[in-house]
Amino acid sequence: MLELIVISTLNGVLFGMLLFLLSSGLTVIFSMMGVLNFAHASFYMLGAFFGYQLTKWIGFWPALVLAPLLVGAVGMAVERYGLRNTHKHGHVAELLLTFGLAFAIEEIVSMIWGKSPVDYRVPTALDFPAFTVFSTNYPAYKIFMLTVSVAIFVALLIALKRTRIGLIVQAALTHPNMVGHLGHNVGRVFMLVFGVGSALAGLAGVIAGPALVTQSDMAALLGPILFVVIVFGGLGSLPGAFIASLFIGLVQTFAVALNGSLASAFGPLDSSVGPSVLSDIWNVTIAQIAPVLPYVLLVLILIVRPMGLLGTRET
Amino acid sequence: MTSTMTSAPDIAATPSGQALRFYGLWAIAAIALVVLPLVFSSGGSLTSFSLIGIAIIFALSYNILLGETGLLSFGHAVHYGLGGFAAVHLMNAVAARGWPIPLPLIPLVGGIGGLAFALLIGWVMTRRAGTVFAMISLGIGELVASSSLILRSVFGGESGITTDRTALPHIFGWSFGPQIQVYYLIAFWVFVAAMAMYALTRTPLGRICNAVRDNPGRVEFIGYDPHVVRYLAYCFAGFFAGIAGGLAAVNFEIANSAYLGAVQSGLVLFATFIGGTAYFFGPILGAILVTYLQLGLTNVTSVWQLYFGIIFIAIVMFAPGGIAGLLMMHRPLIRAGTLTMVIPSYLVAALPTLALACGVILSIETVARYTASEGDGNIINLLGIPFNATAPATWVTAAILIVGGFIVGRITWRRIADAWDRAGSIARDRGYLA
Repeated sequence: MLELIVISTLNGVLFGMLLFLLSSGLTVIFSMMGVLNFAHASFYMLGAFFGYQLTKWIGFWPALVLAPLLVGAVGMAVERYGLRNTHKHGHVAELLLTFGLAFAIEEIVSMIWGKSPVDYRVPTALDFPAFTVFSTNYPAYKIFMLTVSVAIFVALLIALKRTRIGLIVQAALTHPNMVGHLGHNVGRVFMLVFGVGSALAGLAGVIAGPALVTQSDMAALLGPILFVVIVFGGLGSLPGAFIASLFIGLVQTFAVALNGSLASAFGPLDSSVGPSVLSDIWNVTIAQIAPVLPYVLLVLILIVRPMGLLGTRET
Repeated sequence: MTSTMTSAPDIAATPSGQALRFYGLWAIAAIALVVLPLVFSSGGSLTSFSLIGIAIIFALSYNILLGETGLLSFGHAVHYGLGGFAAVHLMNAVAARGWPIPLPLIPLVGGIGGLAFALLIGWVMTRRAGTVFAMISLGIGELVASSSLILRSVFGGESGITTDRTALPHIFGWSFGPQIQVYYLIAFWVFVAAMAMYALTRTPLGRICNAVRDNPGRVEFIGYDPHVVRYLAYCFAGFFAGIAGGLAAVNFEIANSAYLGAVQSGLVLFATFIGGTAYFFGPILGAILVTYLQLGLTNVTSVWQLYFGIIFIAIVMFAPGGIAGLLMMHRPLIRAGTLTMVIPSYLVAALPTLALACGVILSIETVARYTASEGDGNIINLLGIPFNATAPATWVTAAILIVGGFIVGRITWRRIADAWDRAGSIARDRGYLA
């Protein structure tokens, strides 16, 4: 039991940090530009596939740097040539544009790399067990993922809190017009933020690709969870996104690891009742309801606290 | 629903010529629905018409949210799917217990299924509009779609629940076995549902929905609660989506979890937005086009969904009014008699735009065939001309078409804008354009 707790905590924190790499970009973009970037998870997927392709061509380490840059460039192009032109039609049009993009990116990816998972492997330099907890070998690659995401988190924190550009970004979050009046090029700041956000998503894709499955439906699987994270944490709140990422990461990881059901806790139902909704619920294991849990959390938070954990505004 | 039906003809208060035209349009629609299968009587076209009919109700119900109330939902298929499941379960119960409920009433049960879920979840969902609503609808959609795989006894797991529509009590001697009878059932419901939804837009509720879409603060100021209005709109949309789902269950004789999934929600959004949300007939156009493309393109290309995505992005960026918006844009010009001023520039622009489109299609198909397989699958047949996907000549042609089409196209698109300016200002002088 203790082993399960330790391993699941490690995995959960890891998944949570990955979620945060994505949700941080998403929430900053949302609070600055009012755009909910539906294609954010698609940038994550692009990162994974670029990483896979570049690893095949030039090796993992150059790919780790190049793929996020490429994804960032794609993101900036989307902002400059897509969103900026759509802005005059309102937020719904912008949201729809990113929705269409997410759809198109998924189709392009499955057109080029196929619908089945690609063989994106952990680089050999990191393919060894880092340490042994009880009887389980913990892979070094996961420690590497954790290190990278924590490093990015710290770098992001310093960049936002301690640099000039971070100050402008923070100011543009709440008062974009005032920042513009002070002579800053808000359009360029937006493009930069969009690019950095997409690049972070791309980076998450590059490092998560070998550990998870690199497949053309990975964006569609992760995207809705991302939205849950940023609604749960409070729209536009970076600390909220951080807490929600870790929380949902842990909840999902623990749920997958647990195999209990109501039947195993209280004994099986009377078999004469036959199949019904009750017997479905009675026999379902916690691992089976893991994919539903984030959405249950979403509904609960909406009923209890509609602005999210640390959110301040009703938007 | 009955109240919306009875309050429909406030049209009658307007001059009789307009009322005549109004009822004439509906009469023509009814005649078209009856005559269509007599003209195109093959089995394939009957199936297509049935699918289009279902898609029309579904898209119109979606437009109650998106077009009328300004609520962008990414989970509308939930109501469609739950309506389908409600219909299937009732059909099985009727067949098993011998209740005297004929098949034509089943879609109504689907509607009640969709409405029930909307009543249940709508109050929490519609608390806020805009982006937040969009995200929540996505979450709820995923919640229901994933739960449907867990609650096997209700949703039948991956395989779904099947039924037999001919096992229900017959009415007028119709067994509803042949597709033509199902078509007329669907056509009947399309007509009734479309009329009811049109009537809904004419009621005070429909008008206040528009007001909530445009200026919720002002609505609150005059004494209405936007939350209640959004909730009511959401319930109506859920009801009509349930009718569409019930019809789909009748048509396919199965309901499965794909009915309430994200793909279905995405398709209805595409159909509605491509058709145009600002006019009542927009979603109808969109549903016809999208269903037709869906049926037609799947035979031609393996990446038809990509074309959907591209068409959708193009509409969002360049024509947010959709096809209906593009068409209706020309009405003041026709009235002012200046339409002839813009037609020539359209014709001039058509050629490079077409070249650009061909270039894009050619390059997409080239990539699709090139990566899919080596062998005989890589001959692309575009406008009767065969292209080899692996030949550099094809790549060069595609590149020339795209670059050339874009450069020439830009010039001609500017000419359209100029011609529009001139035609528009004349129309404005004559008082037809605000």
